[in-house]
Amino acid sequence: MGALQSIPGHPEYSDLSDKTGFSFEQISVLHKRFKQLSHNEDTLHRDDLSAIPDLSCNPIRAQIIEAFFDQRNFSPSEEGTVEEIRFEEFLVVMSHFRPPRHSMSEEQRESVRKDKLRFLFNMHDTDNDGTITLQEYRHVVEELLSRSGALGKETAKSIADAAMLEVASISVGHMEPDEFYEGITFEHFLKLLSGFDIEHKMSIRFLNVDTTLCK
Amino acid sequence: CGTYRAFLLFVCCLLSQTPGSNGEVPPKPAGSVTILPPIKPIDGPQAYPEAEKASLPVFTMDYPRIQIPFEVTLWVLLASFAKIGFHVYHKITVWVPESCLLISIGLIVGAIMHSVHEEPPAVLTSNVFFLYMLPPIVLDSGYFMPTRPFFENIGTVLWFAVVGTLWNSIGIGMSLFAICQIEAFGVQDINLQENLLFATIISAVDPVAVLNVFEDVSVNEQLYIVVFGECLFNDAVTVVLYNMFTFVADMPVVEPVDVFLGVARFFVVGIGGMAFGILFGFVSAFTTRFTSKVREIEPLFIFMYSYLAYLVAELFAISSIMAIVTCSLTMKYYVEENVSQRSCTTIRHVVKMLGSISETLIFFFLGVVTITTEHEFNWGYILFTLLFAFVWRGLGVLVLTQIINPFRTIPFNLKDQFGLAYGGLRGAVSFALAFTLPDNIGRKQLFITATIAIILFTVFLQGISIRPLIEFINVRRTNRNLETINVEVHCRLMEHTVAGIEDLCGQWSHFYWKDKFLKFNTRILRKILIRDSRAESSIVALYKKLELQNAMEILDTVAGDISAAPSIVSLYDEKKNPKPKAYLAGDLRNMHDILSKNMYNIRQRTVAFTSKYSLPNDRHTKEILIRRHASIRRSLRPGSFQNSNVSKSQKYYSLPAGQSLESRFSPRRLTQTGKDCNPTRSSSSRAMMPLKRLDTLKEAVSVDMLNENKEDSGSRAGTTRSNSSSRDSRLPAPRRQLSPPREEDNGFSDNLINVHHEAEEEDHPSPSPPPAWAAEPRDNANRNPLLRRPQWNPKKT
Repeated sequence: MGALQSIPGHPEYSDLSDKTGFSFEQISVLHKRFKQLSHNEDTLHRDDLSAIPDLSCNPIRAQIIEAFFDQRNFSPSEEGTVEEIRFEEFLVVMSHFRPPRHSMSEEQRESVRKDKLRFLFNMHDTDNDGTITLQEYRHVVEELLSRSGALGKETAKSIADAAMLEVASISVGHMEPDEFYEGITFEHFLKLLSGFDIEHKMSIRFLNVDTTLCK
Repeated sequence: CGTYRAFLLFVCCLLSQTPGSNGEVPPKPAGSVTILPPIKPIDGPQAYPEAEKASLPVFTMDYPRIQIPFEVTLWVLLASFAKIGFHVYHKITVWVPESCLLISIGLIVGAIMHSVHEEPPAVLTSNVFFLYMLPPIVLDSGYFMPTRPFFENIGTVLWFAVVGTLWNSIGIGMSLFAICQIEAFGVQDINLQENLLFATIISAVDPVAVLNVFEDVSVNEQLYIVVFGECLFNDAVTVVLYNMFTFVADMPVVEPVDVFLGVARFFVVGIGGMAFGILFGFVSAFTTRFTSKVREIEPLFIFMYSYLAYLVAELFAISSIMAIVTCSLTMKYYVEENVSQRSCTTIRHVVKMLGSISETLIFFFLGVVTITTEHEFNWGYILFTLLFAFVWRGLGVLVLTQIINPFRTIPFNLKDQFGLAYGGLRGAVSFALAFTLPDNIGRKQLFITATIAIILFTVFLQGISIRPLIEFINVRRTNRNLETINVEVHCRLMEHTVAGIEDLCGQWSHFYWKDKFLKFNTRILRKILIRDSRAESSIVALYKKLELQNAMEILDTVAGDISAAPSIVSLYDEKKNPKPKAYLAGDLRNMHDILSKNMYNIRQRTVAFTSKYSLPNDRHTKEILIRRHASIRRSLRPGSFQNSNVSKSQKYYSLPAGQSLESRFSPRRLTQTGKDCNPTRSSSSRAMMPLKRLDTLKEAVSVDMLNENKEDSGSRAGTTRSNSSSRDSRLPAPRRQLSPPREEDNGFSDNLINVHHEAEEEDHPSPSPPPAWAAEPRDNANRNPLLRRPQWNPKKT
């Protein structure tokens, strides 16, 4: 724990650590990164994040960046977006990506799952209305496929439609020909991805350990 | 070979219709049987000085001439019959791994032979094994290795393979040496080197049976890939160690220098093997770039180059196994893009077949040899061997996992470790290595006996019990439920998010090297090695394939009478439908393909599970195509299809890089019960048809392909039904197939745009209730909105 001595503001870290579950080393590493990104200011703006070169090849870059400024990711009750974030919020968003610990109980694991799924859901649901509509879904699929270039919008649309239909059939079951499925709510979303091992897939190891080869 | 004579006589009696006259005088070894004296040619030398005027021999027999090939063939046939036999009663293969069954059959045959005092054919020499029997097995493993999970876990795999094997060998060797010191067992003459050598032999793990069980039980991907990879690489390590120890066993005294040299040699061998493999892989990929005119011999290149890599590595006494594995890994990606669809299929089938044969033969031999050799039973030694093998493997797994877990994102829990440890069966390689021990080892028989004992023990006991155990302790399973598009989309979304966040944090991830490599790949390697490295063609091929599919559906349902089709198709008016329509199962698969191939282009999904004994699933669309080719040929108007889809630089879109997503899915029945909305998971759609459609259609139907397609997945229940039901569930397509032929393709982008335009300007039959003549899916009652109105509908309303 030699790193502690050299990190300023260390009492804050214990708060942050409790809130987000990161360890002190992890927090200090992330703090360094935050400072680097924000050019040593206290707050981070969207432009700072957009300026990251590696992120530019990511097809859903916009959504990812947006996710950092989305208040729903800070705490479950808030809504809306902000223009700038401090380190605390940065950490909170990052904490969505922590891997579950071995020692977690079933409920904790479940809540971790929900947490991560909520994050994904928020990424889709840009208008904050609590459901993912067809338009929003289409938008996401288009973005995802945007790198390939060869596909037109129609394909993306049809894929999105098919996906919505799947959700409809999973959650709502049998549908009449005239029924219209408005959008995916969070419960449906949960149900949809119920089999999906998200706790492990959506995790990042946050220390500087080189995990290139070992996964 | 009395038994064979009996066979032969029987067979020959049946064949004795032909006047089998030998033109020449056959050499007369003692064994040949002639019913009539051979004729002497008029000018030829006289075999018998006292030449009576013999009459024309109507029937002669010359066994020794064909003896060896004949016996080999009979053996292979017998083993293959055994394999057929197993699958007759499906339940057996569920509980008893195939290797057990093969060994049992071998035991039975061996018993028969023993009682007739026959000797097994002495073909299992070192050369035969290492030069002919081992390469196919290794090629099989290497070729069907799921690359992405493999590379993600490569650190773990190598760790277990190399360090684990070393640990096992040295541990077991030392312990056995300690045991040897005890006088009571009477094995004091075995020195340390020989013990180590023996320990190396029996630490070669061969979890063939285990892989089958793992796959059936769907254990988590990590465990699977580590076991798979370990199996592959520890063959290499074992062979290296074996050679080293054989060499060392001769030496009276081992000095530290030798140990050091040994380590150095190990690295040379390993890395040299890989280097050779990569070299040959690239050369092979490069060669296939130019083979577009000689499609028939394309598969040959694959095999020759792999084998060449193996042999050259053997030449330099470096790890040939590593060479061939790396060669096939490197090669596969590029080759499968260059070669034609048929070649690709051929290659995969032949690789599987050869591997299967080799493995079968080896296990079979094992059974036979068990009975027929003279054993030296030294129970103390053998029992202790068993004990130590077990103990050291368990310890090894435990310790190694402890060390490597911190480096893993998904650490192995205890259950995984149990699976790893218990899954350490011994198999073919151990047997071969033991059998081909040099004769200067004093206690060779004892070693052979002990090896056989271990193999039998592990294969039978552990092999049979591993399945219930795994299920009982409930090893973490993987979820293979990825067939919904949603999950696919979200999975990708999540991956991108994770990658994005990682970039944001400035963290290295396992994507970093991969991205770098893939950028290099796209920019440089693909241009050199792939003939036609444009990616768009896959989309075009996809569209075309879909259209053909739809066309076939028309023909199918109209019972091949295309004249009726237009009128019926015109029943379908275009109706705008506000809500999302349901999609063909095939379309869904296509979407999967599109999604998986195109999302963030560089990330490729590969098949996570590969069955050791069967091919990865093949597209069943092709099966439909083949079935219907006759009707298509008959009914298609000459101009309508032919030109429109022949594009200039036709890319036979074979399996795309990174293999198909669908291969991991076992074909399942289409929602017979309507319970799940999942489309048929059978593999599919990636445009597997050659684009020169009609040319290939004129070729003979390979009904066998159809059958074998079914057979391949025969172990998975319900395949044939899935095939037919999914066919049935597709409703007739829009009539754009019958529209005037599209313009000649002048370029891919043009074509693509054309297709799009076509799609857009055509009207789509709406999802009205299907006409009476359409074959209905059986789940009529539960009309699943997803599948109710299948239409491929690129244009969204």
